[in-house]
Amino acid sequence: MNRSRLFLIIAIAVAAIGFTIIAASGINKNLVYYWTPSDLHKAGDKAYGATIRLGGQVLPGSVHHQSGSALDFDVTDKHQTVHVKSTGIPPQMFREGIGVVVEGTMTREGFFQSERLMVSHNNEYRSPKDGQAVDAKKLIESTKGVDVK
Amino acid sequence: MTPNHRFPRAPYALLALGVILLLLGSYLGLFVAPPEHFMGDVQRIMYVHVPTAWNALLAMTFALVCAIAFLFRGDFRWDARMEAAIEVGVLLAFLLCCQGAIWAKPTWGVWWDWDPRLTTTAVLLFAFIGILALRRFVDDPVRRATWSAVATIIAYADVPIVYYSVTWWNSLHQLQSSPATVSKSFHLPLRMNAFAILFLMTGFIMLRARLASLRLEHELAPPPHELDAVGELA
Repeated sequence: MNRSRLFLIIAIAVAAIGFTIIAASGINKNLVYYWTPSDLHKAGDKAYGATIRLGGQVLPGSVHHQSGSALDFDVTDKHQTVHVKSTGIPPQMFREGIGVVVEGTMTREGFFQSERLMVSHNNEYRSPKDGQAVDAKKLIESTKGVDVK
Repeated sequence: MTPNHRFPRAPYALLALGVILLLLGSYLGLFVAPPEHFMGDVQRIMYVHVPTAWNALLAMTFALVCAIAFLFRGDFRWDARMEAAIEVGVLLAFLLCCQGAIWAKPTWGVWWDWDPRLTTTAVLLFAFIGILALRRFVDDPVRRATWSAVATIIAYADVPIVYYSVTWWNSLHQLQSSPATVSKSFHLPLRMNAFAILFLMTGFIMLRARLASLRLEHELAPPPHELDAVGELA
């Protein structure tokens, strides 16, 4: 069974190396699912025309409903804010202060045109009764990367 | 290897216990626990989704233990257990993705998106489906067991990646919840269903491993003229 044990060592080594590479690149943020408004500002001209996912928090007080399902709102990460015009149907969970991921492009006119609107909720599940005791600041901390402190 | 030919009582007892607990936990989850503050009744799918996720990863972990034990010991009982664990794990991972999609549509607004948690979970599901397919293509039991054990160890590297995906990358999927982020009134049905699915999973793995053992016993005891071919590889 010596050959089997050699296979065992090789398999564990391959798994460990693979895991380490992905873990290291994950921590380095080489892979991103969405850009924050700050990332979008930093990208400058590169942001125009490219299909981008933008993630952040819907700025309270910024939501304006247009005709049909069209919406206007600001997405913020507390450092930068991007104005978003969305044509996608908003999910029921959509509300001011919640986390969103919008897919679309940055326009030269200075707003983000989105066709796809997704809601990203946080890891808190509250019953209505103790929901009232929840700290309002924590409740709107619905997207990671959005630091409410 | 001497498989037991008596009626297997323990797995059926576990399955019965699992069904009773699942009915009880789901009743509490659907009718007794209050609706979630923002999601309302939709959140109740958590009572199956989260236990399914835990147990899917647990089944894959047991498959890893079996793979290491087989390569270390060369005992085919571990190969049978590994096959069972992977099959049950794949079933749970598939159910997990379906439940997740059903939950995602009304809350996130989409059935699926290629966010890190969902993508790594899909990779896990297809990697283990691939291992099951590999087993079908290899006729020689020794090679089949060795290759699929090696593949299982390599594929398992994705399990911690699935777990940490939500902390390493920004994602649509929320972070892991903890008892502190989930209201106390949701804990009991969640825990009951976690144990229910654990018992069901264990029962199914035991029965499926028994089946695999019986097949292996048949394969490893071929007519005398085929003995040489197997002996050569072992």
